[in-house]
Amino acid sequence: MTTKKLAIIATKGTLDWGYPPFILASTAAALGYDVQIFFTFYGLQLLRKSLNHLKVTSLGNPGMPMPMPMPVLLQALPGMQSMMTVMMKQKMKSKGVASLEDLRNLCAEADVKMIGCQMTVDLFGFSPSDFIPGIEMGGAATFFEFAGESDICLFM
Amino acid sequence: MANFDKELDARGLNCPLPILRTKKALNDLTGGQTLRVVATDPGAIKDFQAFAKQTGNELVESGEANGEFTFVLRKKA
Repeated sequence: MTTKKLAIIATKGTLDWGYPPFILASTAAALGYDVQIFFTFYGLQLLRKSLNHLKVTSLGNPGMPMPMPMPVLLQALPGMQSMMTVMMKQKMKSKGVASLEDLRNLCAEADVKMIGCQMTVDLFGFSPSDFIPGIEMGGAATFFEFAGESDICLFM
Repeated sequence: MANFDKELDARGLNCPLPILRTKKALNDLTGGQTLRVVATDPGAIKDFQAFAKQTGNELVESGEANGEFTFVLRKKA
């Protein structure tokens, strides 16, 4: 039986959108897949050493369940985003949902290969020391080397 | 009473943690040994069936009582 391969492109840098790549990557690895994640644009935020800066926002996201109905203009007030992030984190903790850091660690332990997009690193002026150790930097061609052989390829 | 070699308490954990912890716990066993998992995530029923099918570790027992789900997996030889 040949090993199946999963390739993921992670492009979002919010607390909520950080979950799909790490959940699917860690689970696939547990099922015996070879997994690579290519982090590009805002997805690079998911490779920062600390993930405490990641937030959720209800702005431009009418699907986000709110504890009470609230006009969009109010949702844009200073501090609202931080408050929603705190509430989301509390909810996740109370429901037994893993933290992003935990899921990322589980991915690293399971040999999920994480690649940062070199172009985005340059574009946003990141330095290699901003990121967790053990990741690689590469470009689109690097990603296709693995993705071209993959059984599943997801853009998130 | 212990008709399993190792036990994993995955109560209160949500997807995908029960499966990830299970995979880790199985790593400590040798082929043929069994692992009992207790979980409360309702999604675990389907997930454990799928995990067993895809990894070749046999799901020898699956049960539900008082909102808790128990699974016994036999590690692939």
